[in-house]
Amino acid sequence: MDVLQLQKQFVDYRASLYHEGFLDEQFTQLQELQDENNPDFVVEVVSLFFEDSERLLNELTKALEQQSIDFKRVDAHVHQLKGSSSSIGAQRVQKVCIAFRNYCEEQNIEGCLKCLQQVKHEYSLVKTKFETMFQLEQQILTAGGSIPV
Amino acid sequence: MGMATDQAKFHVLAVDDSLIDRKLIERLLKTSSYQVTAVDSGSKALEFLGLNNNEDEQRNSNPASVYPNDHQDVEVNLIITDYCMPGMTGYDLLRKIKESSSFKDIPVVIMSSENIPSRINRCLEDGAEEFFLKPVQLSDVNKLRPHLMKGRSKEIQPNINKRKGMEEIQSPDRTRARYNELEVVSPAN
Repeated sequence: MDVLQLQKQFVDYRASLYHEGFLDEQFTQLQELQDENNPDFVVEVVSLFFEDSERLLNELTKALEQQSIDFKRVDAHVHQLKGSSSSIGAQRVQKVCIAFRNYCEEQNIEGCLKCLQQVKHEYSLVKTKFETMFQLEQQILTAGGSIPV
Repeated sequence: MGMATDQAKFHVLAVDDSLIDRKLIERLLKTSSYQVTAVDSGSKALEFLGLNNNEDEQRNSNPASVYPNDHQDVEVNLIITDYCMPGMTGYDLLRKIKESSSFKDIPVVIMSSENIPSRINRCLEDGAEEFFLKPVQLSDVNKLRPHLMKGRSKEIQPNINKRKGMEEIQSPDRTRARYNELEVVSPAN
């Protein structure tokens, strides 16, 4: 594929992520903060998100496995995950977190477990999407092109 | 020669326990040409300022820290802090800053992911200049400049401001930061 085709593929893919609700306006803001002096800003922030999320999902799994569930603790973790997903524009993850917090407030174990499953699923999806998008960017750069804004 | 401060960048102290949010606010502030120091807690912020948590600074038994009450270790022109942090909240930090003789004039801005009017009102009533809903955007950071300029003008050219009161600054956004107006929470400019 030539550069133009790679660029089009990338632009279409990115557009689909917005269209399907994986990403929201906040991700656009992140991209706008990236420039020649900070060319890896988006990748760095998203990588932090991956690390942070994986840690939180582990903590959540453990917390919900306890005999006596500490809902405040669970809520604190979900709050963090909601915050970081919101900060990078990972909209679907954020939405599940909102529902998750409601179940925490109600101390609804089943609801929480369901949300945990959902949020793990959404996280896994968006992670794959990001990785694909970054690969497409890399292909453009390798072919000597520039990333369309 | 001496008064080169009008050329120097404003220095913003950012406080947030989330690494991602620290990275984000740092980028936002640097994009706006501010110098940034980012810390992960209220107590680290106070430490950075040179304000001990200990109320009795002067009577501190540690001989190395006999700072007079009005000593400022570093120049900070604005503090922007997250609200929800473990230990000292952003509100607690705000209170400590405003109660300090050395630091009470530093403008403080609070950020929060939660839109709770009573929380917002309390922060504004207790001296916060602005309250930003997260995720913070460039349009929010643009609102910081008037608060920074007001501090700078007071230092160098006090007669530039027509009125001496801090409340009288002509920032159009000030009209939005009223206690009973929920519009202050809108992140969109």
